[in-house]
Amino acid sequence: MENSKTAADIAKENALFDRKSVLFLVVLAAVCVFVAVTNMLFPEDSALHVPTYTVSLLGKYLTYALLAVAVDLIWGFMGVLSLGHAAFFALGGYAMGMYLMRQIGDRGVYGNPELPDFMVFLNWTELPWFWSGFDNFGFAMLMVVLAPGLLAFIFGWLAFRSRVTGVYLSIITQALTYALMLAFFRNEMGFGGNNGLTDFKDILGFSLQGDGMRLTLFLVSGLALALGYIACRYITVSKLGRVTIAIRDAESRTRFTGYKVHNIKLWIFTFSAALAGIAGALYVPQVGIINPGEFSPLNSIEVVVWVAVGGRATLYGAVVGAIVVNYAKSWFTAVLPEVWLFALGGLFVLVTLFLPQGIVGLLRRRNA
Amino acid sequence: MRFERASMANSVNSGLGFFLALFVMMWSAVATADENFDQALSKIETGKFPSISEGVALLVDSDDARVATVLNALTDGALYRYKPESTLVYLHDKNDEGYLVSYVSSADKAGEKFVVKSSAVKRVGVNNNLRNEISSALATLNLKNPNVEIRLNALRESLASLNPASLKTITKMATTEKNSEAKELIKTAMAMGGLKSEDTAIQLTSISALKDSLEPAVKLALINMESASDNAAVKRAAKAALKGIEEKLVRYSHLETLFFGLSLGSVLVLAAIGLAITFGVMGVINMAHGELIMIGAYTTYVIQLMMPNHIEYSLFVAVPAAFLISGLVGIAIERGVIRFLYGRPLETLLATFGVSLILQQAVRTIFSPLNRSVETPDWMSGLWQINPVFSLTLNRLYIIIFCFMVFAALFLILRKTALGLQVRAVSQNRSMARAMGVRSEWVDAMTFGLGSGIAGVAGVALSQLTNVGPNLGQAYIIDSFMVVVFGGVGNLWGVMVAGLSLGVANKFLEPFAGAVLAKILVLVFIILFIQKRPRGLFPQKGRAAEG
Repeated sequence: MENSKTAADIAKENALFDRKSVLFLVVLAAVCVFVAVTNMLFPEDSALHVPTYTVSLLGKYLTYALLAVAVDLIWGFMGVLSLGHAAFFALGGYAMGMYLMRQIGDRGVYGNPELPDFMVFLNWTELPWFWSGFDNFGFAMLMVVLAPGLLAFIFGWLAFRSRVTGVYLSIITQALTYALMLAFFRNEMGFGGNNGLTDFKDILGFSLQGDGMRLTLFLVSGLALALGYIACRYITVSKLGRVTIAIRDAESRTRFTGYKVHNIKLWIFTFSAALAGIAGALYVPQVGIINPGEFSPLNSIEVVVWVAVGGRATLYGAVVGAIVVNYAKSWFTAVLPEVWLFALGGLFVLVTLFLPQGIVGLLRRRNA
Repeated sequence: MRFERASMANSVNSGLGFFLALFVMMWSAVATADENFDQALSKIETGKFPSISEGVALLVDSDDARVATVLNALTDGALYRYKPESTLVYLHDKNDEGYLVSYVSSADKAGEKFVVKSSAVKRVGVNNNLRNEISSALATLNLKNPNVEIRLNALRESLASLNPASLKTITKMATTEKNSEAKELIKTAMAMGGLKSEDTAIQLTSISALKDSLEPAVKLALINMESASDNAAVKRAAKAALKGIEEKLVRYSHLETLFFGLSLGSVLVLAAIGLAITFGVMGVINMAHGELIMIGAYTTYVIQLMMPNHIEYSLFVAVPAAFLISGLVGIAIERGVIRFLYGRPLETLLATFGVSLILQQAVRTIFSPLNRSVETPDWMSGLWQINPVFSLTLNRLYIIIFCFMVFAALFLILRKTALGLQVRAVSQNRSMARAMGVRSEWVDAMTFGLGSGIAGVAGVALSQLTNVGPNLGQAYIIDSFMVVVFGGVGNLWGVMVAGLSLGVANKFLEPFAGAVLAKILVLVFIILFIQKRPRGLFPQKGRAAEG
């Protein structure tokens, strides 16, 4: 079937905005506009009104989708299965959370203008050095990208140069996020310990509780997802993307052909981590809390499952998977909490056994 | 009769009642009259502090069986003077009609209770000084106890507060004592008495006798000696002895840390060794391995429910049962899921993770999400006291032994049985093994069953150390993977060395870094180690390993 494609077909598939990408972006835009319009225009008692709670829930799903796209970029297109991507997500979230904590100022429970509540509670006398600068929104946003990016760079530099691949890489990424989780649980770390960062008041001077702010965050998440998708799509259709696919399918052969495999892996991995950090930064103001539980290895594995369920190596499949699985999770935990883990576990098994291409693959097979 | 009296005393003072019961039971022999005893009672009867003190000293010297009862009653304020007869009585109860009392001495009427008017009796009061004297008198009494354990405890306690009276008793004991441990303690105590001597020569010999002792009291006495003595030779000797003791203490504390580390390491090895088979030999990433451990632990719980009257033997039943059940579940997982995914390690990882979630939730649904308590048989609990500063907890000791037994059994299975031969053949070169007539599918199922069964056995061991709950498996899965990856995939010795060394490293880091940071440091170390040696400590060699 592949052979029957004409050069024009292949060129069309490799365009930055192919048919599926355009469809995806249009649907995304339509959903965002629809939610915004119905949330703002219709009164609260109208049947068409989308409540602000739902807007935030959808916003959360969109940040998950961005995280899934980041994982799909390295797993689907480069064969690097990271079981620690939630760590980068959480680091981005913590960077945002620290900015939001500084915004509280003296409105905390203890009313200390200099220190966040948990530091007062722990009898700290001054702000630790790594908190300085987080008053500034620009600096905080830089750290959202830099903190996970830098960690990924150092980790990847060590791992890829020594050719740690496959399962070994998966296990040490898991160890990484596990170690970070243990570290962030420590009060001495200065990130709020067990309780994490919460009780946020406002962002850039606007209240986080306001309907307008919630809608704005949702729209920004949608925009970030669209831009993240386009960026990943741009990478995968570029020559670099071709090489990553070659690495995925035959790493040694690619290396022998003369490509610097570890450099390529390193940059794509770092980019993916930064993207995960952005997703985390958008996630935190919408849920209103970030705690060390976000680092748990289970979270990272769940992200991989979203991608697997949606369909690997398609990018939009990751989005579909993230939204479908999380919607199912919200529904199950509300209606049948007992059954949720059975359903999730069953989903893992069934998808890997019977749906190697995911939901998207199912649709594609029907079309073909 | 006496016991009845003792139980009656509960209404007066429950502490008194407890002691009376205790001591009366211990001295169930017929009381012997003793001149000292009666003389002591008459001294106490005067009610004046100095003479009470003399009376207490006399009581200690008397061999009468009732001494402890009297002394306890005295501290508890239950000893009264009966004025009309100028004699001592125990108080049992107070009510509107008067006081219910009984005689302390007069052997013929002992235990008989009678009611007296409250004005006819007066409490024998004691002050703090007397209280101290009485408590050290009671301690000295314990030194004469026929029970060796009580005697040993009394000796240890008396070391901390050595006074002339107890020293006198201890010196007397030296000739009669048979127990070798007690003899040592007596020597130590006498040497400590020698420290207080005025004679420098005695002091020096005492110090040299004490230089091998690890009793905390000895160390304290030597420290005092070093600072208080004005003789240079004594000071020097004390300092040298202290240095020796200090070195020994450090050595023993290292030994203790080593022991804790080995026991933690054994737990890691037990948890990881099944994984070493499935992951190492078969190349299958089994994320449900932790849940197989959990199933083993729950099997122990169920076995104990089934034989509540034979907890002592429950573990011996639980080990084979857990092996079978976890092994069968493992075979079911292999047949149902994993065999469709051979050669796709990342997919296997996801599918088995799904299985682990299902097993966790199944346990939650069946046994409730709360932790279940598994009982520890008596022979597992307790201490093995090797010397005053070094003791081993039995359950940890047994876990270490058990770990080595499991390792040896597994090693023999893989080396000496037909199944082991086939397992190794398939893991080295599957197609060649098939060509030689090995049923590779059957071997796969059996190997996976073996690895899972070992996980179940690990669960039995873990049930004795931690809480048994649905999250038991998750707590160990990451550690298990670390051990296997660190040791080198497919190498049993590697798992052993890796598990034990990680356990020991963890425990040696803990005093400096705290438990959590120690764990983080170990994780970071492994992450860095993998960069240097991606195939672990003992990598598999040969062409088959390169694929």
